[in-house]
Formats: sequence, C-alpha cells, structure tokens
Amino acid sequence: MSAAPDPELILSQIAVGDRLPDLGYDVTATTVVLGALASRDWRPMHHDKDFAVERNGTRDIFLNTPNQAAWFERFLTDWTGPHGRLGRMTFRMLGSVFPGDTMVLSGVVDEVTVDATGCGWVGIDVTLSVDGDVKTTCDARVAVPVATDDNPWTRTGTRWQPS
Amino acid sequence: MTATADPVTEIRSLIGVPQYEETGDFPVERGYIWTTLSSVENGNPLFWDEDIADALTAGFVAPPTMLSVWFRPHHWAPGRSAPHLPLQIHFDLKERLGLPEAVMSDNTITFHEPVRPGDVLTTRQILRSVSDEKTTKLGTGRFWVIDVEYTNQDDALVGVESYTGFGYRRAGASSGASA
Repeated sequence: MSAAPDPELILSQIAVGDRLPDLGYDVTATTVVLGALASRDWRPMHHDKDFAVERNGTRDIFLNTPNQAAWFERFLTDWTGPHGRLGRMTFRMLGSVFPGDTMVLSGVVDEVTVDATGCGWVGIDVTLSVDGDVKTTCDARVAVPVATDDNPWTRTGTRWQPS
Repeated sequence: MTATADPVTEIRSLIGVPQYEETGDFPVERGYIWTTLSSVENGNPLFWDEDIADALTAGFVAPPTMLSVWFRPHHWAPGRSAPHLPLQIHFDLKERLGLPEAVMSDNTITFHEPVRPGDVLTTRQILRSVSDEKTTKLGTGRFWVIDVEYTNQDDALVGVESYTGFGYRRAGASSGASA
C-alpha cells in the first residue's frame, strides 16, 4: 500500500457555521442527458423535451435525482478532499433543474462531533438553488479525519456508524 | 388470507419482510464510474489516482452515491421478461390501497462498506411502515416508508436507501412530481 497523503481538512479546522465554497454550474441539455445516462436512467423526461413538456408538464427535460446526488457528492468532497467519506445524505426535492438554469450548490456546517468510536463527523446543510429558489436540499453527514494520521475509509463494522 | 381481508392489514403484515430480492445485471465497473464522475466534473483523486486509492481505500472504490446505478436494468435485454420496477413495493401499495397518485417526499441514503469494481451487489426492498389515513393539501391517503438494502457478494451491507412516499386520491387541483 502506498503512503497516504496528508488530509486536506481535519475536524479541528471545522466549526459550526462555516460555509463551504459555492459551486455554480450552467446546466445544458447535455448536462441533463449525460447525467441521466451515467446513472442508467432511461426515462424519457430526462432526454426527450416533447415528452417532458407534454407528459410531465414541465418546461423542458430536467436533472434526475441520482445525478443530483452525484453533484452533491462532488460538492462535498471538493471541500473535504479524498479523505472525506460520506455517511448519510437526506434529500428533499422541491423543484426541477432545467437546461439554461445556473445551479448553485451552497453548504453550511451545522454539526461537528466525534462519535463513541472516535470517528469525526461533520453535518452540512446543502442547498441546490436556481436564481435564489431552492430546488433540492440535502442534509449530509460526512466523516473527516480527526488527525493527520486518521483515515475514515479504514473504518469497518461497528467502527463505522454512518446513521 | 381471504378475499375479504382488509388490504391495510394484509399490507402491514409485510412490514419488515424482505421482498423483490434482485442481483445486479453486471458487476460494478469503472466505465460507469468514470462516466458518472465526468457528468458532474468530479476530480476527486480517490477515483482517478491509483496511488491515492491504494493508500486510502486499498484500491479503487465507487463513488458512494452511485449505489442505485448498479441496479437500473438494461433498457433492453434478449428474452427478458419485464423487470421489477425500482421501488416495486411503492407501486404495489398504490395499487392495493387504491391510491392513484403518489409523491416521494424525501429519501435518505446511508453508506456502509465501500463498493468496489468487480463487486456483484444484491438488493432487497423492505416495507417499514404504513400510516393511518391522513389528509394533506394534495389529497387523502397514506404515508409509507420503504427501505432498499444493498449487499455485496460477501453479504456485507453496502448501503440503505430509505424512501418516504405519500399515496393519495386528489382533492381538487394538486401539484407535485408523481412517482
């Protein structure tokens, strides 16, 4: 096994109220179709505009949920670096994201804890917005190292308590 | 069970019972991992750099949020009978309770053992609860919670998706993405 790189972020550097760097992205039809096919979602409302408009009553095709999860994962691990390990994510879908939208992912730390096994956890309240309207929320729980020689990915069995 | 049994009682007897166990159509593979990473421009070196993957995760792992990707059936396959719908229990409940509309209000994914290229995953659906009848702005119906458990070829739990749904009959005009 290779020598592990130093973590980019450890728990002691994080405090409740910290804001993650925003991630803005201009959504195109390609974004929507690529995301749907990458997640093996063949349903027509994610690639066929006529179907989306006529059958779903939306103005265009729209991002599917599994690909939004992938966007949230990228947003979170851009911040934690590769040592960050997702424990739990809760999504609430409030509106759709269409080609032409500029989506912005934002996040605020709402919890910093160490569990009984010594694992460091950060709670983050993440939102995906378009023009200030929240389209999806994600309550995330992410493990980060408690020290430079810690690695949450080595945890298994009862030493990994993502709930 | 008789033809006149109360459907709610019948359905509640299935709470906690694993149903619709299925094994993925193909092993977890890096092609889809790269395509997914590319779709969201995710440059996390854990998934691209073999040295970092070796150091942190003892080899490549899949992005955790790809959990359900490994179970979406091929759009077509030779000689295949109709596959189960993802969340078949959700559609069973709508039909058996006579609730034509439904929305998913939220879902939670919990990530356990890492998923690795080559893994062959199995999924099963478990009904966790069905509420008494409720009336919301959408209509009158019932809330339910369905868990989808994922395990690997060693029977280790790799993740659980938990969905809260509301099946209902419309009360006038309503909105919401049907599911």
